[in-house]
Amino acid sequence: MAAQFHLEFEKPVVELEKKVDELNALAKNGLDISSDISALEARVEEMRNNIFSNLTRWQTAQVARHVNRPFTLDYIRLIFSEFVELHGDRNFGDDHAIVGGPARFEGKPVMVIGHQKGRDTKEKVYRNFGMPNPEGYRKALRLMKMAEQFGLPVITFVDTPGAYPGIGAEERGQAEAIARNLREMAALRTPIIVCVTGEGGSGGALAIAVGNRILMLEHSIYAVISPEGCAAILWSDGTKGEQAAEALKPTAKDIIRLGVIDEIIKEPPGGAHRNHQVTAIALKEAISRNLDELEKLSADELVEDRYRKFRAMTRCVE
Amino acid sequence: MSWFTKEKAGIEKSDSKKSKVPEGMWVKCPGCSGTILSLDIEANQNVCPKCGHHFRIDAVKRLKNLLDEGSWKEFDSGMTSVDFLEFKDAKSYQDRINAAVAKGGSKDAVICVEGAIEGTRVQVSVFDFSFMGGSMGSVVGEKITRSIERGITLKQPVIIISASGGARMQESILSLMQMAKTSAALAKLKEAGVPFISVLTDPTTGGVTASFAMLGDINIAEPKALIGFAGPRVIEQTIRQKLPEGFQRAEYLLDHGMVDIIIPRIEMRQKLSSILGMLRKTDF
Repeated sequence: MAAQFHLEFEKPVVELEKKVDELNALAKNGLDISSDISALEARVEEMRNNIFSNLTRWQTAQVARHVNRPFTLDYIRLIFSEFVELHGDRNFGDDHAIVGGPARFEGKPVMVIGHQKGRDTKEKVYRNFGMPNPEGYRKALRLMKMAEQFGLPVITFVDTPGAYPGIGAEERGQAEAIARNLREMAALRTPIIVCVTGEGGSGGALAIAVGNRILMLEHSIYAVISPEGCAAILWSDGTKGEQAAEALKPTAKDIIRLGVIDEIIKEPPGGAHRNHQVTAIALKEAISRNLDELEKLSADELVEDRYRKFRAMTRCVE
Repeated sequence: MSWFTKEKAGIEKSDSKKSKVPEGMWVKCPGCSGTILSLDIEANQNVCPKCGHHFRIDAVKRLKNLLDEGSWKEFDSGMTSVDFLEFKDAKSYQDRINAAVAKGGSKDAVICVEGAIEGTRVQVSVFDFSFMGGSMGSVVGEKITRSIERGITLKQPVIIISASGGARMQESILSLMQMAKTSAALAKLKEAGVPFISVLTDPTTGGVTASFAMLGDINIAEPKALIGFAGPRVIEQTIRQKLPEGFQRAEYLLDHGMVDIIIPRIEMRQKLSSILGMLRKTDF
């Protein structure tokens, strides 16, 4: 897929890549410039690696939100087969900001659930920018309970700015829906693997992220509040996201130190949005390996493993 | 998304008109605009004797009103927060903790005790909103989880009285994880068949509402308490329209099926006692 949108700090790389393309076109016309091309390609690679291994936290947040970054349905297409999307919470409606249903992973049936963002304006609106309402969380829980009933492992993809803050969401119990998911996921008697693939936005992310294993893509973020939201509170200025991102320390590298996630999944050079296929292969390998380990545990052990995991998340002095 | 809108208004301003009873002989009640003797309000559990307006009340005073005299002992009172992220805005998190501790009272935003309500032994946690807006970080999450675990071990009902702006920003991801941790403990409590009663007081928002506070077998609210997920200002900014009358107040939540009952503070002890008497299994 051609990346049509480029972040400010990606531009030097993109410029050089264009030059490589131009030279390649010339080479096709019979010009012998292969040594120039490979020199330039080496420079591109070096520059790309240099930029992406030194991203600031704010830049990482921008990569995590990149419009060309793979979304849940992309991963489902690339990693799973026979996905059957199921809709609705059997109560109020169907939330397009969360998708889910049974699918096969390496031939085995599993339940896949994830936040879904849109790429163009029309789809963004349709997906409510990936911000679920209570019925989205209730649909997710319904599918998780179904997974428990039929012995399917649950695999979730986390990518949301947060739960939607609207009047209807409050009236229908946004807080209750999230809270219930936290409690029910904790007790679910089947393996749960969580993949944080983009933005892990607060309670809206956590509501599908109480898992036995939590994997996080290299350039994704996960925090208690968005950098902009944090800045709006601390400095009454939502544009100071950069400072807030530094304070919140939301990157995979920051979080793995606190024992909140289990594994960081490497992204291809230039970020997941530059190569969906390679990203999906890396994620698939990690899911497969973790699933193999979890499938050795009994239902009781799975619940206890999950409890111990979250029980240990404390930093304080007595 | 911001869960902290209330915290901003409340965190540094424990002397704002909403919180507690203002100093001085006479107080103008925001509920009825009447001028009331502050001693009369304090004698009435910080509730206006004329109109029933509920002023905020500090955690220890609330415990005294709720529990049998001399029946309670506190747990984990020495547990304190650590600035492990070196979080800094205008002030560092460590300075904020120190300032909040120096104000006196508790070392963090919740007090957890075992005590008795009309003879029934219970595990009670009460939030202290004046401590960093009652926000939940590691300490609050840990103390509440331990309280729930004592409830499981001792087969004692668990009561949590919330007043909180939500998860504590300064502990970022670990604050968020306290929502999962406390809710996981409640899953165990439920399985053990021990009752959990959540009492939501003004204000309860964000990550506290979106975890244990909404998970009561019975959710009780105090009259007119602000209860919600997102703060009203965030919602207004998102949807760009005026919020309906009474939005996110206890009565509004009752209308929308989110709380079971609204109980005035004056009746809380007696009603809790009555409910606990009926929910308690005899074959523990």
